Amino acid sequence: MSRSKGAIVGIGELKPQRLTSGVTTLEMIAEVSRLAVLDAGLERGAIDGLLVGPQVGETPQHVPATIAEYLGLAPTMANVVDLGGASGAGMVWRAAAAIEAGMCEAVLCVLANNREAAAPRSPNRNPIREFDVPFGASGANISYALLMQAHMAEYGSTARDFAMIAAAARANAQSNSDAIFFGKPADVEAVLASPMIASPLHLLEIVMPVAGGEAVVVTSAERARSLRKPPVHLLGAGEKVTHRAVSQAPSLTSGPLKSAMARAFQQSGTQADEMDLLSLYDCYTIMVATTIEDAGLCAPGEFGAWLRDRDLSHKGDMPLNTHGGQLGFGQPDLAGGMTHVVEAVRQLRGAAGGRQIGKAELALVTGNGATMSEATALVLGAA
Amino acid sequence: MSVDLNALKTAAPTITALTAPFWDAAAEGRLTIQRCEDCGEAVFYPRPICPHCWSKRLVWQDASGKGRLKSFSEVHKPGHPGWLPAAPYVVGLVELAEGPTMLSFIQPGARPPQVGDALLLAPTAIGGRVLPAFKSVEPATEEKPE
Repeated sequence: MSRSKGAIVGIGELKPQRLTSGVTTLEMIAEVSRLAVLDAGLERGAIDGLLVGPQVGETPQHVPATIAEYLGLAPTMANVVDLGGASGAGMVWRAAAAIEAGMCEAVLCVLANNREAAAPRSPNRNPIREFDVPFGASGANISYALLMQAHMAEYGSTARDFAMIAAAARANAQSNSDAIFFGKPADVEAVLASPMIASPLHLLEIVMPVAGGEAVVVTSAERARSLRKPPVHLLGAGEKVTHRAVSQAPSLTSGPLKSAMARAFQQSGTQADEMDLLSLYDCYTIMVATTIEDAGLCAPGEFGAWLRDRDLSHKGDMPLNTHGGQLGFGQPDLAGGMTHVVEAVRQLRGAAGGRQIGKAELALVTGNGATMSEATALVLGAA
Repeated sequence: MSVDLNALKTAAPTITALTAPFWDAAAEGRLTIQRCEDCGEAVFYPRPICPHCWSKRLVWQDASGKGRLKSFSEVHKPGHPGWLPAAPYVVGLVELAEGPTMLSFIQPGARPPQVGDALLLAPTAIGGRVLPAFKSVEPATEEKPE
């Protein structure tokens, strides 16, 4: 037998039923997951990886986060496997590969479906839809406003502190002619004068939705040597998913990026203050503030003072989102997060043209999903 | 805010068999949540297994109705059009005395809300259904509960 690539140590199965009645897919996922973990003889807390299918009837998006929250899990690797009937088998090698990559140690791979006689009219029946929306909380703006308010209350951070982040993004967008806000700078006063959307969140602290696309190609370090462009290496990665709804967040002032970045720094043998570029996910100003603090670049609550002491432009002492960030570039839906990867590659290749940073050896890239709940961090290095 | 909240065309909760006891209680002006008989933790929102220990021994218990405001937002541009006539209105994260946090509607009070405010359950008819909303405990009512 060749060397094992991983082992299956627990199984769970529900008795098939022709039809279910009033049972959600989430409930069935909970039942069968419990059986598999019991069979494995593992504690619930030992599960740090989660692979799920796309067909969770109650939620069209953020499926791993919704399931992790439902089960009370906080995985350091989470993903959807969408390969039709090959999804189950496809999960197994992906689980082993994630363990081999050092991302997690025990992966729950789960698929389940209900089968109601009459399909419910609304395709979206997840816990947020049931327990947040009827109370007047729909959409991400309110969730991030709640996070921002909590930060202000805990640390005394001010509207001006947050507005500096949006103003810096707009300033950097003036060096990127592709940015949606190229030619449209906005200073701190303009940000603070923009309409209040959900207090304390102003319009200009929110990304502009745009159409767009981003892609990258990844190969082995060995193969990269023979290709035409200077390779940018993945030196470390970390991931963490803690919840889906903001009401279920373990903390309102620190997010899962904290442990995701810690793993990325540990894998790469680097520290936050060694980065030449910060390419930080910035759907809202509060996201950048929390990420700066969670990275350990400053003490919790002190991002405002940290920002005031630094030049975030490509010519500055701490270049941050040199493409303008999504706040300046625009957010092409999920591709918005990939803009932070593409810009880091451009800078580390030394191919950023008029906005090239000076020393360009290490970059921190972060990704964030849902309500500061799904987090991925990468440390990238120039060849 | 003078709008009739009960007349709003808001989205109704997507109730399932599992969650029906919560909404049945809400209709009667009560807040009922699950508690795990194995680890003792209170659980919100309702689940078939305890998210803390994965036990299936969950029972329903009425909550005290007391809570603390962890955060809030005054919503000027609602994400759902049904709420437009009510804007601005306040939603908040309510840390229940029993432990879990829920999102809720915060009734207007004598002064603007502040993080840390003591809250009390204030069942409110919204969109044709009584929901477990909350209100700030004013010093006067704290001494003499309603």
